[in-house]
Amino acid sequence: MDEADIGAALRRNLPQDCVLSREEERRPYECDGLTVFRQLPGLVVLPRTEEQLRQVLLTCSRLRVPVVARGAGTGLSGGATPHAQGVLLSCTRLNRILEIDPHARIARLEPGVPNLRVSEAAAAHGLYYAPDPSSQVACSIGGNVAENSGGVHCLKYGLTVHNVLGVRGYTMEGEPLELGGRAPDGPGLDLLALAIGSEGLLMIVTEVTVKLIPRPPCAQLVMASFADVHSAGTAVAAVIAGGIIPAALEMMDRKATAAVEPFAHAGYDLSAAAILLIEADGTPEEVADQVREIEQLLRSAGASTLRVSGSEAERLRWWSGRKNAFPAAGRLSPDYYCMDGTIPRRHVGEVLQAIERMEARYALRCMNVFHAGDGNLHPVILFDANDHDSWERAERFGAEILELCVQLGGTITGEHGVGVEKLNSMCVQFSPAERAAFAAVKEAFDPAGLLNPGKVIPTLARCAEYGRMRVHHGALPHADLPRF
Amino acid sequence: MAATADAVLAELRERVSAAHRTRQALRLKGSGTKDFYGESLAGEVLELRAHQGIVDYEPSELVITARCGTPLSQIEAALGAHGQFLPFEPPAFGADPSLGGVIAAGLSGPRRAYAGAARDFVLGTRLLTANGEVLRFGGQVMKNVAGFDVSRLLCGSLGILGVITEVSLKVLPRPRAEETVRLELPAAAAVESFNRWSALGLPISGGAWWQGSAWVRLSGAPPAVRSARERIGGEAIDAASAQARWDALRHCQLPLFDSRVIWRLSVPGAAPPLSLPGEPLIDWGGALRWYADPAADADVRAVASAAGGTASCWRGPAPAGRFHPLPPVLVRLHRRLKERFDPHGIFNPGRLVAGL
Repeated sequence: MDEADIGAALRRNLPQDCVLSREEERRPYECDGLTVFRQLPGLVVLPRTEEQLRQVLLTCSRLRVPVVARGAGTGLSGGATPHAQGVLLSCTRLNRILEIDPHARIARLEPGVPNLRVSEAAAAHGLYYAPDPSSQVACSIGGNVAENSGGVHCLKYGLTVHNVLGVRGYTMEGEPLELGGRAPDGPGLDLLALAIGSEGLLMIVTEVTVKLIPRPPCAQLVMASFADVHSAGTAVAAVIAGGIIPAALEMMDRKATAAVEPFAHAGYDLSAAAILLIEADGTPEEVADQVREIEQLLRSAGASTLRVSGSEAERLRWWSGRKNAFPAAGRLSPDYYCMDGTIPRRHVGEVLQAIERMEARYALRCMNVFHAGDGNLHPVILFDANDHDSWERAERFGAEILELCVQLGGTITGEHGVGVEKLNSMCVQFSPAERAAFAAVKEAFDPAGLLNPGKVIPTLARCAEYGRMRVHHGALPHADLPRF
Repeated sequence: MAATADAVLAELRERVSAAHRTRQALRLKGSGTKDFYGESLAGEVLELRAHQGIVDYEPSELVITARCGTPLSQIEAALGAHGQFLPFEPPAFGADPSLGGVIAAGLSGPRRAYAGAARDFVLGTRLLTANGEVLRFGGQVMKNVAGFDVSRLLCGSLGILGVITEVSLKVLPRPRAEETVRLELPAAAAVESFNRWSALGLPISGGAWWQGSAWVRLSGAPPAVRSARERIGGEAIDAASAQARWDALRHCQLPLFDSRVIWRLSVPGAAPPLSLPGEPLIDWGGALRWYADPAADADVRAVASAAGGTASCWRGPAPAGRFHPLPPVLVRLHRRLKERFDPHGIFNPGRLVAGL
């Protein structure tokens, strides 16, 4: 069946302007936030109501057409990369805040509501939605559920999975599904946990109930400089071991601070090999106590300079550098490739040194921003997409970082998802039997395999091919370099 | 120790593979303290207690990894030595439960409404599957979105998908200060107050009500606890009696638990009082409500559903099943998952969902 027939079938149940078939209309949907992967979708469908969305699923299920759900398109792993013969299902028009209940501290949202808008809407009640991915101005709640998004405050306030109480939506067959809800710990298996972070492979979410929490009355940021990355890593461990769970604990290496400072003017110490940003929040007394303790711990851990934000303006300015790390990378280089490995915190220094050696080997620069409190690394590899060799080196560089993360007991993705980008790395992290278990979960929810096919779970053939390729690369002249 | 653990695991793998081949149902057993929990017990007992020991605990990583047979007391002692704890306060029923049982049951204590549930602290698991393979899901890191979150799926699975052989949990430092106050309040006002105080950001870590009294536990930084206590008022309870009260609530040892029939209702935390006979015991700031004998003949499930929640029959006759029935679409998903993970239905058949 070709696109024209599918389009005609969809238009039978949808307003005309909900189905985009002309090439220039489909073009904006060819990629998500990871722009190196592009694919023009067969059709783009933008339902306005839950019923219209259900009709799309019923039609596609009947005609066996693949469906790729898309939120705001800010994802960084190509999870919303379209299917050439499929329907790209955009949820952006389902963007109503259905309910805010300040007493019960919950919000009920359609999937297209931007993350930040939830907190803005709840602010009148002194409440907010905690997960705050860097893209929070644009990224949607539905996308956050699909990716189990994090942010800089996860260590204290949790990921999406800790802040979503329930979802409603549909199976690929168009059957309504309700997982979790306002009453905690319902009977049966925790299918909500499976749905969160399932990258659009299991169901389409049409409603999300989230937890809102009170905005802490006060927050202060401590900025510490370190002469080497190892002592910065040790300081992170010292803070945690000191019994403190800061609201945020971020690290930037010198390459990252040097990249952002010229345009963010954050006031970073450019002579430091690494800086830490540690936030304390709570009542003014609590914050004062915690800042005092953090200062002591950092000083004993060898911080060369220590500053505490003296005003809200200063705190936000120090954050602005961190939050603008990616745009800064864009100013330094035509393209950048952001990785997302997670490691046990104690290996931070080791990994940063290894990345430095890889920079030389792949002849590419890499700056590091890092959710140090969670052990979640974001190495940003600078490359030029117009130079194919440069992209290939960037891709291999990234894959090697992720393999190192796996070797050290970590994971290939902390918060960005697998998508299409990390399919090969999934072969490294998981055994064939483990990947088969993921495939089993997928089959249980979507027996026809029509929801976001080809993402997250690599085929056996792909892993076999990747295995051969890795051996081949291992035989390159750099095999003698130390590799842990 | 490692060699012993490997040998124990090898033996478990053999037992499971053999059961899979011969289609012999297995009843997974840690300490056996939760035999009462679940729809039904069936199959040959598979003892898991011998697969024990803490595999890895690095306090500065906030992660502990231990084998399924490790006694909860051993884990809590190891954490306690470094001023850390399991924030979800898993209940123990009588004897010392095993970690595997704690996670397979997925039950949480009074702090659940404030710090999170058992599943919120699960970072990774190892699962012994029907064909004798050991699979690893999740890991020992705080953030991990590689593949589906099978580890959390296993939390509360009552062993129907396989044997959880190892678990990694996120742990937290113990709060610096903790205080408990008691207030004379009717149930409705207590639940309203718990919600209102939470919305104000007071550092509540327990909100319970029974026999005319609301019990509020405050945990956190000393100044925050102090100012919250002043704001809430009520009678301050000395640390030892407070601890005894919260422990009794956590481990289901209050007098209500001597009843012949006990219902456990999970409802939205701000739900108004339920129209059921008898006085409830309320926990989780209103989200968990226990009812005993007087409610025995009431249509408890209908009342729970009407309030947007569910009811499980904790003790007493349960002709319609222990757990609140699942809608057909969810039963179908459960069946498909069960068939794929355990094609011959050898693991704890019928324990979580009748017929599965």
